[in-house]
Amino acid sequence: MSRVSNRKMGEVLLNVEDVSLAFGGVRALQQVTFNVYEHEIRAIIGPNGAGKSSMLNVINGVYAPQQGRITFRGQARSHMDPHEAAVNGIARTFQNLALFKGMSVLDNIMTGRSLRMKTGVLFQALHLGPGKAEELRNREFVEHIIDFLEIQAYRKTAVGRLPYGLQKRVDLGRALAMEPQLLLLDEPMAGMNLEEKEDMCRFVLDVNEEFGTTIVLIEHDMGVVMDISDRVVVLDYGRTIADGSPDQVRNSQNVIDAYLGVAH
Amino acid sequence: MGVYLQKNWPVVGLLLLLAMGLVLPLATGASAPGFYFEVLLGGLMSGVLYSLVALGLVLIFKASGVFNFAQGAMVLFAALTVARLGEVMPLPVAFLLAIVVMALVAWLVERLVLRHLVNQDAVVLLMATLGVAFFLDGFGQTLWGSDIYKIDTGLPKTPVLVAEGLFEGGILINTEDLVAAAVAGLLVLALAVFFQKTPTGRALRAVADDHQAAQSIGIPLNHIWVIVWTVAGVVALVAGMVWGSKLGVQFSLSLIALKALPVVILGGFTSVPGAILGGLIIGVGEKFAEVFFGPVLVRQFDLAGGGIENWFAYMLALVFLLVRPEGLFGEKHIDRV
Repeated sequence: MSRVSNRKMGEVLLNVEDVSLAFGGVRALQQVTFNVYEHEIRAIIGPNGAGKSSMLNVINGVYAPQQGRITFRGQARSHMDPHEAAVNGIARTFQNLALFKGMSVLDNIMTGRSLRMKTGVLFQALHLGPGKAEELRNREFVEHIIDFLEIQAYRKTAVGRLPYGLQKRVDLGRALAMEPQLLLLDEPMAGMNLEEKEDMCRFVLDVNEEFGTTIVLIEHDMGVVMDISDRVVVLDYGRTIADGSPDQVRNSQNVIDAYLGVAH
Repeated sequence: MGVYLQKNWPVVGLLLLLAMGLVLPLATGASAPGFYFEVLLGGLMSGVLYSLVALGLVLIFKASGVFNFAQGAMVLFAALTVARLGEVMPLPVAFLLAIVVMALVAWLVERLVLRHLVNQDAVVLLMATLGVAFFLDGFGQTLWGSDIYKIDTGLPKTPVLVAEGLFEGGILINTEDLVAAAVAGLLVLALAVFFQKTPTGRALRAVADDHQAAQSIGIPLNHIWVIVWTVAGVVALVAGMVWGSKLGVQFSLSLIALKALPVVILGGFTSVPGAILGGLIIGVGEKFAEVFFGPVLVRQFDLAGGGIENWFAYMLALVFLLVRPEGLFGEKHIDRV
C-alpha cells in the first residue's frame, strides 16, 4: 500500500507471544501471537467478545496473562502494572471515556504530563522557581496538542459538558501529552457518527505521521480500520484467526465466517 | 428556574425552613440582638471546626473512595502530639514537628494498610480505617499519655466587646475564636489553591475522578494517597489545635468525627464547599435549636427541652438522606441497570 512506503517501518517494537488469559472458566485469550513494528498502525479487530479489549489490557498491564510472553522494546516481561507501562512509554485511550469530567480540557491534557513533572510538592505549592518554569514548559507542549486536535475553542470548558466526539479527542490528547512510543486506542470510533469517524481517522493518521507514534487500535467496525491500518490481526473467541495486510484479511475465509457466521 | 424548583422542592423547602429558623429569633424579638449574634458566632465557630474535620473526610473520600473513619482519631492524635511536644519546645516548632509526624502516619497507613487493599470493597476499606481509628486512639495515649493536656497558643482568652454603638450590650467575641476562624479560612483557601493550581493538585483531582485512567497516564496512586492522607493529617492537626486550645486535649476530641458525619451527608461526600457550608449550617443550626427553640418546647409543651444540640445534626442529616441522599453539592450517582 502507498501509505507504508511514506514512512520508514522500524524494528519490532512489541512482540506478543503465545499469550493466554482466562477469567475463571472464561478463556478470553488463547495463545495469541502477533507483533507490532515501530511507526506502524496496527489494528486488532474482531466481533464483540473476541478478546480485543482483553488483549489491549494485557499490553497495558491491567491484566496479567497466565501464559505467554510480551516483549516491549526488546525487554521481555510477563506482567507490569499500568503505571509501569506509562513510565515505559505506553499510553492508551479508553472505550467508555475515562476522562476527568470535572476538569477543563486543558487540565485533562495537562495530567498527561504528570510523569514529566519532577519538581517537589513544596516548590509547586509555592508556585515559584523550578516549579513554575516546568509548568510553563509543559503547558507549551500541551497547547501544541490542543492546536493539533483543533480543540482550542474548548480549552477552558469542563470535559463533562463537551459532546461525545470532542471528549474522544480530549482522551486522545491526554494520551498524546505523554509523548508515548506506543499508543493504544480502545475503539476510538465507537459510538461516533460518520463525520466524527472521519475526523478521528485523520487525527490517527496525522499522529502517526507527525509524531511517528506507533499505534495499536482495536475496533469492531471493519470498514474504517481497513483504510488506515498497515496490518490487521483478527481475533475470534480469543484466538487469532487472521493476520496480515488489510486486503489479505478482508479476503480471508476465516474472517468472513467469523463476521457473517457460518452455516452449520 | 421553575423546573428546578419543581424538581427540588423538598430541598428548597428544607433550606427555607432553616433560613426561617435563622431569622425568626431576631425577627420576633425573642432574643436581644447582642445575644442573638453571640449565639450565631458561637455556632459558626463550632461549625468551622466541624467543617475542618469534614474536610479531611472529603479529601480522602474523593481521592481514594475510602470513608476514613479514623479522621477523628487523627484529630486527637495530632492534638496530643502538639500538646505534649509543646511542653518541651516552642509551639511553632511543635506544630512543624507534628506535621512531620502526621506525614509519617499517612505514609504508614498507605504502606501497611491501603496498598494491600486496593480494589477491595468499600466495606473492607471502611473496616480497615475503623481499625486505624482504634489503633491511633490507643497508641496516641500509649505514646503521649491519657490526661487532659493544654495547648497554649498564647492568644488572649478575654472576650472583646464590639458593635457596642450599634445596639445595646454589644457583642462579646473571643479573640482566640476569631483567630481560629481566620486560620481555618486561610487553610481552606490554601487547599483550594493547592488543588486548583498545582500539578500535584491536578493529579489529586484526576485520581479522584478516575483511578484507572489516572494510573494509565502514569500518576502513581500510592504516592497520591500518601499526599492526600498527609493533607488530611494537617487538616486534622489544625482542627485538633483549635479545639484543643479551647477545651483541652482529651479523648473526647476523637468523637467530633461523629459530628462530621452528618456534615458530609448534608454537604455531599465529594464536595469541599459542601463540607464547609455543611459544617456551618450544622454548627449554627444546633446552637440555635438548643438556645432558641429548646425554651419554646419548655414553655409550650412543658418538656425538659435540653440536649437538642446532641441530636439536631443527626436529625437534619436523616432528613437530607430522605430528600437528597447525595447531599447539597455531592455528585449524583446514576447506576446503569
